[in-house]
Amino acid sequence: MELVKPGININFVGRLKYAVIFSVVLTVICLISIAWKGLNYGIDFAGGTLVQIKFHKGASADDIRKILVQIGIDDSVIQPLGTDEVIIRTAKSSSEIKGLSNKIEDSLNAAYGKDAFQVQRIEVVGPKVGKDLTQKAIMAIIFSWIGMLIYIAIRFEFRHAVGGIVGVIHDVIIVVGIFSIFSIEFTLTIVAALLTIIGYSIHDTIVVFDRVRENVRKNLKKDLPSIMNESINQTLSRTILTSFTVVIVVAVLYVFGGAVIHDFAFALLVGVIFGTYSSVFIAAPVVLAWEGYQSSTLKKKK
Amino acid sequence: MLKGIKVRAAIAIVVCLAGLFFLTPSLTADLPDVWKKYLPADKIRLGLDLQGGTHLVLEVDTEKAVESTIERMSNEIKETLMTNKVRFLYVEGTKKTGTISFELPDSASKMAFEKVLKDNYPDLETVSSEIRGGKEVVVLKIKNKRAEEIKKMVVEQSLETIRNRIDQFGITEPEIIPEHNDRIVIQLPGIKDTERAKNLIGKTALLEFKLVNEEHSVENALKGIVPEGSSIVYESRLDRQTGRRITTPLLLKNKTLLTGGYLESAQVKIGDRFAEPYVAIKFNAQGAKEFDRITGENVKKRLAIVLDGTVHSAPVIQERISGGDAQITGSFTLDEAKDLAIVLRAGALPAPVNILEERTVGPSLGQDSIDKGLWSAILGGILVAVFMVVYYKLSGIVADIALFMNIAIILGALAAFKATLTLPGIAGIVLIIGMSVDANVLIFERVREELRAGKTPRAAIETGYSKAFMTIFDTNVNALIASLFLFGFGTGPVKGFAVTLSIGIIASLFTAVFVTRIVFDYFIWYRKITSVSV
Repeated sequence: MELVKPGININFVGRLKYAVIFSVVLTVICLISIAWKGLNYGIDFAGGTLVQIKFHKGASADDIRKILVQIGIDDSVIQPLGTDEVIIRTAKSSSEIKGLSNKIEDSLNAAYGKDAFQVQRIEVVGPKVGKDLTQKAIMAIIFSWIGMLIYIAIRFEFRHAVGGIVGVIHDVIIVVGIFSIFSIEFTLTIVAALLTIIGYSIHDTIVVFDRVRENVRKNLKKDLPSIMNESINQTLSRTILTSFTVVIVVAVLYVFGGAVIHDFAFALLVGVIFGTYSSVFIAAPVVLAWEGYQSSTLKKKK
Repeated sequence: MLKGIKVRAAIAIVVCLAGLFFLTPSLTADLPDVWKKYLPADKIRLGLDLQGGTHLVLEVDTEKAVESTIERMSNEIKETLMTNKVRFLYVEGTKKTGTISFELPDSASKMAFEKVLKDNYPDLETVSSEIRGGKEVVVLKIKNKRAEEIKKMVVEQSLETIRNRIDQFGITEPEIIPEHNDRIVIQLPGIKDTERAKNLIGKTALLEFKLVNEEHSVENALKGIVPEGSSIVYESRLDRQTGRRITTPLLLKNKTLLTGGYLESAQVKIGDRFAEPYVAIKFNAQGAKEFDRITGENVKKRLAIVLDGTVHSAPVIQERISGGDAQITGSFTLDEAKDLAIVLRAGALPAPVNILEERTVGPSLGQDSIDKGLWSAILGGILVAVFMVVYYKLSGIVADIALFMNIAIILGALAAFKATLTLPGIAGIVLIIGMSVDANVLIFERVREELRAGKTPRAAIETGYSKAFMTIFDTNVNALIASLFLFGFGTGPVKGFAVTLSIGIIASLFTAVFVTRIVFDYFIWYRKITSVSV
């Protein structure tokens, strides 16, 4: 079976400028949303309390909210989960031993009785930890960029490294931007997804660059844009196949993985699609632009 | 080369068997006893998000410990100065800046003061010394080095005490790890009553015996006229009739006569009259002697038993108590009494602790996550495997064998390295299923290209592997870089994800490149096949 015909020759390089325009527009929209609307930070970063409760008898979100107001939680977000579960979120937290989560439990106990519900999950993150984690997350992402930049620069050339990293930054901005636009909760596991996307996107880019490196050695006379185009076409089949298998498994996770990793799988899904796109349409033009800039400065010097 | 293939096959089989060897105990519990003897006992450890349990991050308030050291020292200094007959005026011990100020009438007493300090308090240093309104004012503080030592010691002691308490409470396989400078990470798998566990761990459990100030009335004190050396402390008691907690103010003398530090044992007993549980405490030899003296000197006076700033009871001393036995009553439930006995036995925390982070997962949610994660992994695996066979025919089957081996190695490695499998970790395995076939896709696509270029199967496979290998290597190293940073960044579940991802990347390099090559070489060299099904 062959999805992509051998000897395919799509003029990617000729159409790169449309891709660049598309990406720039999308990136700007995402950045504006991130700057303007911000992110719906989960309690991992913002600090706060989360309690997931399974009711044996029905309980309405309004009732729960009223009960919580009585103990001073007036900012609760109550999100239903399936038919009989709710997630209660509040930005408040307490460092006391008998924390807010216990107080929530107690007040529900008083209202519904002890056997009416079951606490499935409690998460309490103090503001101090939230700040630490935000810092750590940003550091981890930036350092992974630097690490890859160095590795690719050693194995390939510096311009390849720049192209690859620009592609990855593009992917990260888009995924974060989509989380901002749709107000999806941004948690610790989403950062894990981002780092995975970074790894995956670079992975894809290297496959293309590797072919470029090989083809450059084969025919030294050919100009870089046509070698680039040839290499993208030669690896197109593998690019599509691998993305396809990864998208299959991630989609399975998204549909069947359960509420806890639903958003995580969503981030991966978006990231894999854009990661594949960027390794062809973003990394390549950056390398070409770099090349063009260099040769033009060379000409000027002459 | 023929010999080479045997050696390589042997390596592949050994690695795969090793994976299965470590994995078997996790797959099934009812193995024949003979097997059990030779197989490792460790199953794959499940993270708290899968098996249920509580993860706590505590912060030891080390500043408080330094503050109370300063407070204690300033009291000591006052006494030493008095015994040395140095004239002074104690100004204040400011908690905020951690300093003590003294005012001395003249330079002679200042010299005497400095001598006392030098001889008795080497840990203190002078911050400032000036003449203010004709009087010498000296401000002291604890030396930085000493303060750091105190902080370090306090964290170590807290760790030890908490470990003791958890051990006595009887939680299987708890993990108690210090983190950064002043944090303690606690993992309690399978715990059901989190609130009780938190109480047990976080209670300072400072037990103090203080006299009730009976010369002055509480009413006046409540109005704001608190006599020097005394303060108001509340007694909390459960009213048996109404079931409500009542608090009564008491005026206690500040001086602590005896602390829980002198306890030898603490046990739960059931009272005769109301069948009410109480905690029977026994002082050690030194404590018993002190207790004997205190009770002897204060017959007919009220002695308050204060735990963490709350009075539990304040009985009147009827007679001198020798032997060092006492009771703490205070209308406890049985569990409360048990926990109190545990914390008293394990000792007080040297400083208060705060909870910075708590993550609790109930057992049913954990099981739900395991089910959904496994189901996704199996479904994803089958879909990818079927796709590979449809697309690459027989070569696809070879890739699927590699994929299966890869998963066995990942799980076996998790069990062998005692790594923890978390829900994101399962997601990581699912992701690896998708990504690890990439190496084979790269190779097979290359082989197809070479075949199209007119090469023989043998040459096509050789170039396919050698050309694709560099690419595969580079991509895998990069993926490893990303997961290493993930590991450094992550906490609990995310770390689990990074671990499975890293193991998976390395294992896939082995199975997808090394193992599949053996199969192809076998068919080309032994079977002398003339076409490749790819």
